Amino acid sequence: MNNWVVAPMLIPLFTAVLLIFLNKRLRLQRWISLISVMLNAAAAVFLMIQVRTGGIQTLNMSGWAPPYGIVLVADMFAVLLVLAASIVSACCLLYSFRGIDEDREKHYFYPLVHFMLAGVNGSFLTGDLFNLFVCFELMLMSSYALIVLGGTKRQFRETLHYILINVLSSTLFVASVAYLYGATGTLNLAHLSLRIAESGQSGPITAVAALLLVVFSVKAGLFLFFWLPGSYGAPPAAISALFGALLTKVGMYALIRVFTLVFYHETSVTHTLIGLMGIATIVLGGFGAVSQTNVNRILGYNVIASIGFISLALAVSNEDALKGAVFYLVHDMIVKALLFLLAGILVAETGTERINRMGGALIHSPLLGWMFLAASLAVVGVPPLSGFPGKLLILQGSLEEGRYVIAAAGVLLSLLLLYSLIKIFILGFWGEPRHPREAHWKQPRKLLLSSAPLMLLIVLLGLFAEPVMPYMQRAADILNEPSIYIQAVLKE
Amino acid sequence: MPKGSDIFLQNVSKVVVFIILAFALYLFFTGHGSPGGGFIAGLMSAGALLLLALAYDIETVRKVLPVDFKLVTASGLLIALLTGAGALFFGKPFLKHAFGHFELPLLGETELHTALIFDLGVYLAVVGVTMTILLTIGEDR
Amino acid sequence: MEVVVAIIVGVLFAVGIYLILTQDVLRIVLGTSILTHAVHLLLMAMSMLKTGSAPLLGRGKETFVDPLPQALILTSIVINFGITAFFLVLAYRAYQKLDTTDMDRMPSESSRHRGQSR
Repeated sequence: MNNWVVAPMLIPLFTAVLLIFLNKRLRLQRWISLISVMLNAAAAVFLMIQVRTGGIQTLNMSGWAPPYGIVLVADMFAVLLVLAASIVSACCLLYSFRGIDEDREKHYFYPLVHFMLAGVNGSFLTGDLFNLFVCFELMLMSSYALIVLGGTKRQFRETLHYILINVLSSTLFVASVAYLYGATGTLNLAHLSLRIAESGQSGPITAVAALLLVVFSVKAGLFLFFWLPGSYGAPPAAISALFGALLTKVGMYALIRVFTLVFYHETSVTHTLIGLMGIATIVLGGFGAVSQTNVNRILGYNVIASIGFISLALAVSNEDALKGAVFYLVHDMIVKALLFLLAGILVAETGTERINRMGGALIHSPLLGWMFLAASLAVVGVPPLSGFPGKLLILQGSLEEGRYVIAAAGVLLSLLLLYSLIKIFILGFWGEPRHPREAHWKQPRKLLLSSAPLMLLIVLLGLFAEPVMPYMQRAADILNEPSIYIQAVLKE
Repeated sequence: MPKGSDIFLQNVSKVVVFIILAFALYLFFTGHGSPGGGFIAGLMSAGALLLLALAYDIETVRKVLPVDFKLVTASGLLIALLTGAGALFFGKPFLKHAFGHFELPLLGETELHTALIFDLGVYLAVVGVTMTILLTIGEDR
Repeated sequence: MEVVVAIIVGVLFAVGIYLILTQDVLRIVLGTSILTHAVHLLLMAMSMLKTGSAPLLGRGKETFVDPLPQALILTSIVINFGITAFFLVLAYRAYQKLDTTDMDRMPSESSRHRGQSR
């Protein structure tokens, strides 16, 4: 039992409630949110140290022993993602101090962000399938409100679609929980894994696994992604960045967790399906990114394509691939947030979202241009940056298994994404400025400063991949060997 | 339709609202060992307020209860969270409850339970959320 | 009993999906709500329909019902309550703003008057 495990969930919840009371006092709200997110990151680091020295940390909520009560589990994988989420959200909050208009701030922007963070961290840390659903809903409810905040026509239309899709997938989630409970009599992930290993993964259970695959795929944007580019493009940059960095990754985390811990017996069915969906996602997402002319949509398709790439690692599921998946997931959270934030500045700078009407941004803000280029290269996986080690490991893992198609898809993805991002760079930054700068647009420097920590992280993660690797290794070990997780949860 | 014209509904609801609220109170306290609890009591109280709003109008409800229901929700959440987090200070797992028997004046020996405080939080949150939604949809017509 | 419940679940699913496939936002909201209730019924049926007393010790009863599905359903109802309410408010606001409740007639991506993202 370790009460620290609940901290990354409790801190944002408290902050959110506190901020509702301080609705009128914007300056105070900003400071409190920032401090809270920093505290959260500190708690995540503290947890990480505990996990490194003492193994997996668990907390039985309300003192009920694991198969009966809800258990929170902090293993290295979850803690790494919690830490990355905290850092990313800190930068997005810093950005939103200037990047979000006061009207939105007054309409409970900060409380909503913190509610969403509580949901995100809860989803990472929970060890119970139904609790995962509850945390998902907490996160999604706040995201519904965040996406419509401001209330433009486009936002209303996209939000209606977004809510409908998510409500449907949540319904299917509860249905699959019902089936699993009927079949196994438990919802604790560790206990589920144990029960299914004992009785064998029969046909019906594989069918439920496929249902869960559909549910999480909708949330992650794996193959079932038609809703994503529109919805993520509707809100302002700071909110899109949070969504692009966190929401889809939570879905991906759930996929990896469930399919490495519980449903790992019938890999010829489920994992093949994941692989096929991953390849389809890469192809569709990659070509989608290439074909679009709207910056936010290009980035939306980039998010989708990366999800496809991570799911390839899950399809391969050997040691190297999973290690790569953990690394790439952390990298992807950071780099996608950075790209959305930089694109937000670019859109503000040029006054349009269409890249064929942009141009010449490099003249006014050279730093923005070079940061964008560096971030694009990191997405593609150019060596000194953080995209490289993860991508290398995933490709290496798939080659070890003789999955050449998967490796080829991964390489194809890099080319397509490179093309789509360089297109933004060339059309947006080169040439002559076509629009006069808006008079009220000032100080992009401060906005740039808020995304600088992310940039720094990308470089550092790439350069010092070696010292970070043991942590990734540890996370991957648990994914490879479910018994470690099961023993840690059910020991008491 | 002129507002507040239905004299039967108005007079009946003057009485019925209090019956509903009393029943909600009963449900709230009985929720510890039988069906009931903060959520259902909260919904019932909100139902009573809704009846008031139907019989008179929303302005009347505003006048009777001049509070910001968003803040009611927030205080409810805060109470529930603090009760859950209280266990942290005693080195117990999060959300662990405590209870004891106390000798109270008038009531005699009574069992007091921290889960009741948590339920109070739930009650306030539910009333707050429901009323916020009703007022949001109902007020512009 | 299980068969009856299974049929009811099926009918509710069909009704919910039919409503969601229509174009009117209000019907879609009702559809999602009905669909969720179908799933709640499914959850109850999957955990065996049986009679027994509340699972509290010391009441001199022999058989108990499983409390977990009820807790799950209650939680899910609460969440559904929140989402349906939010969805309704949103549909109403969207109607005010877009002057239609028809999903297909809502202005498309190419509309020029969108708010600048900043």
